[in-house]
Amino acid sequence: MLGYIIRRILAVIPVMTIVAIFVFLLLRLTPGDPAAIIAGDMATPAQLERIRTSLGLSDPLHVQFVTWVGLLLKGELGTSLISNTPVTQMIGQRIWPTFNIAVLTIVLSVLIAVPMGVLAAWRHRTWVDYAVMAFSVLGFSIPVFVIGYLFIQAFAIELRWFPVQGYAAPSEGFGKFLARAILPCLTLATIYVALIARMTRASMLEVLGEDYIRTARAKGVKETVVLFRHALRNAAVPIMTIIGTGFALLIGGVVVTESVFNIPGIGRLTVDAILARDYPVIQGMILLTSGLYVFINLVIDLSYTFFDPRIRY
Amino acid sequence: MKFKTRSFDAAPSVLEIEDLTVQLAGNRTAAPVLDKVSLKIRQGETVCLVGESGSGKSVTSLSVMGLLPKGALEATGGRIGLEGRNLLELGPQAMREMRAQKISMIFQEPMTALNPVMRVGDQIGEVLDTHTRLPAREKRARVLDIMNQVHLPDVERIHRSYPHQLSGGQRQRIMIAMALILEPQLLIADEPTTALDVTTQKQILGLIAELQEKHGTAVLFITHDMGVVAEIADTVHVMKLGRIVEHAPVEDLLRRPREDYTKQLLQSVPSLTPRPARPEPQGGAVLSVSGLQKTYGAHGVFARREATRAANDVSFSIPRGRTLGIVGESGSGKSTVARCIMRLIDPTEGDIRVADREIARLSRHALRPYRKHIQIVFQDPFRSLNPRWTIGRSLIEGPLNIGADRKAALKRAAELLTLVGLPDDAVNRYPHQFSGGQRQRVAIARAIAMEPDVLVADEAVSALDVSVQAQVLDLLDELQKKLGIAILFITHDLRVAAQICDEVVVMQHGHVVEHDTAANVLANPQHAYTRALIEAAPGRLWDFANFRELKSA
Amino acid sequence: MAASPQPAARLQWLFGAIALPRGWRVGAGPLIAAAVLVVIVAATLAAPLIVPHDPMAMDALQRLKGPSDVYPLGTDAYGRDMLSRVVTGGRVSLLIGIGAAVISVAIGLMIGLVSGFFRLADAIIMRVMDSLMAIPSILLAIALVALNGPSIWSVMGAITIPEIPRVVRLVRSVVLSAREEPYVEAALALGSSMPKILWQHLMPNTLAPLIVQGTYICASAILTEAILSFLGAGVSTEIPTWGNIMAEGRVYFQLKPSLIFWPGLMLSLCILSINLLGDTARDLLDPRLKKREA
Repeated sequence: MLGYIIRRILAVIPVMTIVAIFVFLLLRLTPGDPAAIIAGDMATPAQLERIRTSLGLSDPLHVQFVTWVGLLLKGELGTSLISNTPVTQMIGQRIWPTFNIAVLTIVLSVLIAVPMGVLAAWRHRTWVDYAVMAFSVLGFSIPVFVIGYLFIQAFAIELRWFPVQGYAAPSEGFGKFLARAILPCLTLATIYVALIARMTRASMLEVLGEDYIRTARAKGVKETVVLFRHALRNAAVPIMTIIGTGFALLIGGVVVTESVFNIPGIGRLTVDAILARDYPVIQGMILLTSGLYVFINLVIDLSYTFFDPRIRY
Repeated sequence: MKFKTRSFDAAPSVLEIEDLTVQLAGNRTAAPVLDKVSLKIRQGETVCLVGESGSGKSVTSLSVMGLLPKGALEATGGRIGLEGRNLLELGPQAMREMRAQKISMIFQEPMTALNPVMRVGDQIGEVLDTHTRLPAREKRARVLDIMNQVHLPDVERIHRSYPHQLSGGQRQRIMIAMALILEPQLLIADEPTTALDVTTQKQILGLIAELQEKHGTAVLFITHDMGVVAEIADTVHVMKLGRIVEHAPVEDLLRRPREDYTKQLLQSVPSLTPRPARPEPQGGAVLSVSGLQKTYGAHGVFARREATRAANDVSFSIPRGRTLGIVGESGSGKSTVARCIMRLIDPTEGDIRVADREIARLSRHALRPYRKHIQIVFQDPFRSLNPRWTIGRSLIEGPLNIGADRKAALKRAAELLTLVGLPDDAVNRYPHQFSGGQRQRVAIARAIAMEPDVLVADEAVSALDVSVQAQVLDLLDELQKKLGIAILFITHDLRVAAQICDEVVVMQHGHVVEHDTAANVLANPQHAYTRALIEAAPGRLWDFANFRELKSA
Repeated sequence: MAASPQPAARLQWLFGAIALPRGWRVGAGPLIAAAVLVVIVAATLAAPLIVPHDPMAMDALQRLKGPSDVYPLGTDAYGRDMLSRVVTGGRVSLLIGIGAAVISVAIGLMIGLVSGFFRLADAIIMRVMDSLMAIPSILLAIALVALNGPSIWSVMGAITIPEIPRVVRLVRSVVLSAREEPYVEAALALGSSMPKILWQHLMPNTLAPLIVQGTYICASAILTEAILSFLGAGVSTEIPTWGNIMAEGRVYFQLKPSLIFWPGLMLSLCILSINLLGDTARDLLDPRLKKREA
């Protein structure tokens, strides 16, 4: 068991190494002068020079890599080309709104999606099932910003239930936070709910056909117990997996949603960095989110041992 | 052979099925799945429901439990009477209360019938949770008590084990414990020993009989195995295509079957009497194996597991035109030997000589020219042909590999199909258009197309119904006579081995424990394990095909 | 053994042993989806012939106009005809969607086959794929476009690359389970070479799942294109795409929501139809896919 945990944790190292190499090469292997790409068409030679020194682009590639990794291991992601502040500091200032919204979204999504999926599987081929499936296809098909604007139009502008845009930290009062966070969270949750509900349904359908479900029914166990005690726990591993891989979708959603709702999180930071071609910030964001993704999926992998005693590797 | 002869005329009846009809849901015009099935079980009686696959025996048992797959099958007529109530008219809640309290069921696959993520003690306890209100301590005591009654060892440890930590036999004991903890009047056992080894089967059958005696339970036992029927039944019902064709007390049925179908079924049961010895073969061995060994799991940095020896020092040889059987239970290493010989896995040590060439250590590439000399037929007829390929394409795959002309190969394929008893126009059809037995014939034709010296049959008839099994065995025998092919026959079934083998190798835990002529192994076994295997064979003293006791015994 | 319902024999190469579920019928949903898609594709293909105005022609006097006879859907902030822009905008979006699907499936199939059959290559390939999967696809695409410029080809590439690992994993899992099948072992025993087994026996197993996966990739690529444009990292704003039209409409959203509504509707309808057809194809081709997709 411990061996499995250690091996799983060690397996993170090659993945993160390759991500780092990839991020490093992304800029350096782009055809043309990277400094010119970053600076744009209107750059002066002095600006180009400043970018080159800032990113260390004049050194040989391997030297650049060693320096870059060295800084990375010390937790330094470089300095913004625009504001000249360290990227880590910029991320540190902006991460909390994103974190709060993301956590609320995940909790909300799981609470909505899992019962939806269970219900759909249980009432397979009835209107309940079709409704859940229709919702999930819709959730996949509407761009997240369109959903955001629809929500704003309906709930903020027409019904005036919530403020149109903006953000308040939970420390300013939880009600105030919730009033501003609920629309962005619902927006973000749409695709996540669609994804999880779909996987829950598929996984439950598979499990409900298993012999041990028939055994449970043969014991005279109630349907709710069959569904939640016997089936759901067996169906949990693929559901957990999709929650983990769906995290990448959530990141994409965060970037968009923060722009729509004007939330000062790291998503907005990224968008601003793209528009300004602030490469160190983009790079830092990719590393941060990839690291988070790998970490979350590691935790989920380890959680399998809780759901399924057979996983002991 | 001693049959059960107790009369149940005086015993009160427990279950009465009258004219039960089951149809495909929403399709009343199709032929019914069950057609007016009637059946009566009395207290303490064991009723065997016997039939081939598709006869409707499982559907009958699921109907009684009210567990017909929703939306697929529905009971449309008749009645299932238990304690004067018609089960077909009960609502879901009332039906749930009947289960485990009045009727219980155990299933064929102990591997999949238990919830893999729940401790087995909790799974037994759940029956009590559902139907009784007992304090935790008393509940635990009752669970441990029933676990003792089914003779599980070390019940405290097993109580907190997960299913995957238990053997197949232990899991089936757990199922039985779960089924009997509330002492129901009726136990339905749906092929409960089919997935188990014969020695385990004997124990489980004994256990069911013991508990039945103790609690006076009526048992509806579903099986396809006439041997099991002979051992345990009081009354036998023979099913075919959704109807009960004949029913009688067990001895009557086995001695004086009335219906042709019953006779045919009994005549297909292979006899445990070995085939008459054939004249000694001329010439040397076409396949010889010496010192074969296969070891698993010794490598790997983190793997601290013991290396398992799946096969250890296995040696034998087969001359042209003869059949050698390897008999053993699951885990004996018999299939490992077959797969090593085919080089589907690489042996760790030892020699394999085919066509006077040592092939155990040839590289995959160097091996290819020697592949034609030795061919294999697998167990599962549904997976051994590529579903996307026509029969013809499958049949010419091998010949094309060794440079045959496509046109000639196709012509030969049609001939081969005739040879194995299929119409020659089958070349243009797909596997799904054929039954299991027919597909197995195609697989044999595909192997024969290479004109091999040796044919390896790895449990090749185990997935087939007895009547089909008998036909495929006949086909193999006939091909051997015509082509002089040597056959290596891997099986767990002593009856089948007795029918077809000249020599028998008995394996246990990767070792050869006995190797002799079929006649000697069956009539005069030397090793204790071989004797145990023979004694565990159900109905071994009865000559089913001739409706009488076995003479030599 | 109940006889399984049988697919038409000429489709056997694709269906394999899998047949339609009992009583399966094409419902109204997929038919409507197919019809919608046909209309959208036909309209965008014929756009230069059928649109009432030049989608690029600006008119300072006609800014942000409501629907009228001349401008059925009104005009945008530069006085360009919305209808013409929305119809024309589909061309690039669909091109990117189909392009990304075809390219990522083709590349993923090759890598996946190699990975599924050669253990040594598998270890390395899967580490690289795991790493690519770890990078959120939107961010990866953003970085790629930011560096390679806002051309259609660079956007298509940026959308395609993050999809490849998913295809590789799918193909690999199909190959890994199919290679355990007795018919593959029988082929080995018949002396068929590895490349032959890989291509003739194993590859066809991946076709059905790949068709399904391809439709999903197509839908998701169209969606990603819109998001990239919305974030300012998409195709150059001079070219009308559904994403670009919506991105430009953002500023005037509270004033005139229809600037986002119309292209959003077209886009959503299009993706919805593709996803529905994908689901139908999945039910049709392989019920077991549901599990593998994870």
